Amino acid sequence: MSTILLQGGHLVDPASGFDKPADVVLRDGRVEEIAEPGKAKATPDETLNVKGLIVAPGFIDLHVHLREPGQTHKESIATGTAAAAAGGFTSLCAMPNTRPINDSPAVTRWMQDEERGAVVNVFPIAAATLGSLGEKLSDYRGLKRAGAVALSDDGKPILDDHVMREALALAAKVGLPVIQHAEDTKISQGNPMNEGATSFKLGLRGQPSASEWQMVERDIRLTSQEGGRLHVAHVSTAKSLDMVRLGRASKVNVTAEVTPHHFLFTEESCANYDTRYKMNPPLRSAADRAAMLAGLVDGTIDAIATDHAPHALFEKEVEFDKAAFGITGLEIALAAAITELHHTGKVSLSRIVELLSTNPAKIVGLTGRGTLAVGSIADVTIFDPKKRWTYDVAQTRSRSRNCPYGGMQFYGKVRVTIVGGKVVFSEL
Amino acid sequence: MKAKPRSLLGIEPLDSRQILEILTLAKRMNPARPRTTLRGRRIALLFYENSTRTRTSFEIAAKSLGASTVVIHATTASIEKGESLKDTGQTLQSIVDAIVIRHPSSGAPILLSRLIEIPIINAGDGMHAHPSQALLDAFTILDHKKSMKGLKIVTIGDIFHSRVARSDAHLFSKLGARVVFCGPDVLLPQSALELAPGVEIVRDMEEAIRGADVVMMLRVQQERLSGMQINVDEYIRRYQLTAARLKLAKKDAIVMHPGPMIRGMEMTDEVADCKQSVVLEQVLNGVKVRMAILATLLGGKR
Repeated sequence: MSTILLQGGHLVDPASGFDKPADVVLRDGRVEEIAEPGKAKATPDETLNVKGLIVAPGFIDLHVHLREPGQTHKESIATGTAAAAAGGFTSLCAMPNTRPINDSPAVTRWMQDEERGAVVNVFPIAAATLGSLGEKLSDYRGLKRAGAVALSDDGKPILDDHVMREALALAAKVGLPVIQHAEDTKISQGNPMNEGATSFKLGLRGQPSASEWQMVERDIRLTSQEGGRLHVAHVSTAKSLDMVRLGRASKVNVTAEVTPHHFLFTEESCANYDTRYKMNPPLRSAADRAAMLAGLVDGTIDAIATDHAPHALFEKEVEFDKAAFGITGLEIALAAAITELHHTGKVSLSRIVELLSTNPAKIVGLTGRGTLAVGSIADVTIFDPKKRWTYDVAQTRSRSRNCPYGGMQFYGKVRVTIVGGKVVFSEL
Repeated sequence: MKAKPRSLLGIEPLDSRQILEILTLAKRMNPARPRTTLRGRRIALLFYENSTRTRTSFEIAAKSLGASTVVIHATTASIEKGESLKDTGQTLQSIVDAIVIRHPSSGAPILLSRLIEIPIINAGDGMHAHPSQALLDAFTILDHKKSMKGLKIVTIGDIFHSRVARSDAHLFSKLGARVVFCGPDVLLPQSALELAPGVEIVRDMEEAIRGADVVMMLRVQQERLSGMQINVDEYIRRYQLTAARLKLAKKDAIVMHPGPMIRGMEMTDEVADCKQSVVLEQVLNGVKVRMAILATLLGGKR
């Protein structure tokens, strides 16, 4: 392994309270030295001039669908991680709704095998129940030993109170968080968009916001009784955030993530039956979007996660109510955050790094990541916060193009992504 | 000036001038006096949902203009085998000049119009729109009233599931009428207020109907209720159009229904057969208006 000097950049590492110009030396896959500009002692094999750029701990996406095993016509671990590298993500937490469902140590291990060709770290999130059927718990201890970092039946909620209780209790014992896709499907009925004036106008059935927040409320109540850690996936309604606030106030160990699309768009984007705006949870009202922005500013929201959900064209170019839920997002997450949150003066770059790296590392317990303190793992994201660019979806590294970001202008571009001391993406 | 539309996907994209042009042309149309306007044109009637009234109406309208038609049902081999709307549309495009589509998914005609080049006529999509029905409803109203401006038009019943109610509201609103919706919460969410300018919600039927110029009754679409609970006796008690309730409307008020009508549910026999009912006129007007729609969209040079 070689020694790399990152010279002339501005280091932002919220975990160690660092936010000033510094040179960073990476050696043998670790952070060797943080020095004042021009004062690094090491003799590097390679020097990257990162003047004017932000040097941050590598981004960690708590919520991606890599589709492998089983649905490689949408994405593979190789293509998904390539898109991640371009988006500055050095670690991905991969949801278990693969074919077969990742509810076993064998699949968990298989996903992490070198053979898969991942260019960034892949940390599987294993199914909380066998087959994600919401009935019997999977083998949490075995899954943890195999490398799972959390448990979730994402895409499906655990509806049964008793099963959710058991899941929280066992996960607490094993030391893993439970990630819940909060949706009471008895209320939402799998409807294709948010319930409101837009769904009425379009003649589409809607998911009321209650189908989400009532589930968040229940999960927080169960977590307060059973202990353990609850992470609420892709929060989308104002009221869900209120539940998270209430839970925290009563000392429940609950964290929450939001997707870029839920702070960028509203239900009105669905107005022309454009399936690129169809995802679950659906885009919500303008008030809900405003609440997401407020939650990102005030700290209620812990993390930005993409819910990267690739689908083939033939699964999206169909009637709105028949189209697959989900959009891709790995390549624009940072840009979306900078454009919507930082460029508008709402939050500092340090807060954005916290949302994309520091906090996600804590939530899934990735020791040595989410920070660039000396001795930590050399996962680094280097970006230009001022760079203005237009996303060209035709050039995506993902196997799928199902997103509305093509042609959109953003501020903030990833320049270099380093995983374990190795450059996996560079646009220097 | 707006470009002349080649497709009819809904009422929303039309302005009042375009609407009135179709309605004026419809007055000159008569299926008993066939024309040659569309001679040599081939029109596919692509019906993913069963329909008697609308399909027959479009078919007669097309034939009365000299076009040849082919009806394709959802039970057609390729569709049953799982062919996508895109592929069915692209296949038809190479052999017909226009597609009249009825589809259970809201927005399907809009999707189709994005995927292929030939004119698309929406014959009803899910709960979204039924523009030809709205045009024939307006035509029928204007047959009895001088102008739409200032009329109180009350629509009563299952608004939520009704593509007719939505398209009617857009059209009546564009022509300056007051659009009053009346129905129970589950069949008429408060968000309906934002559908079009001038839409009002009145929950009490007597109050809604008082002083109305037009009373439009809708069927409860039992097949689309999907879990919603409707107490039939309660519904009849609160929302059935009876002779006594009709008396609250203006003396010259007309009673309409887009069909199919369920006697004894949304209206009594007495009302269904009364002089004020124009339900059967709606059916004949449907052919005239659809002739005008097809002539407007497909007539003239190729």
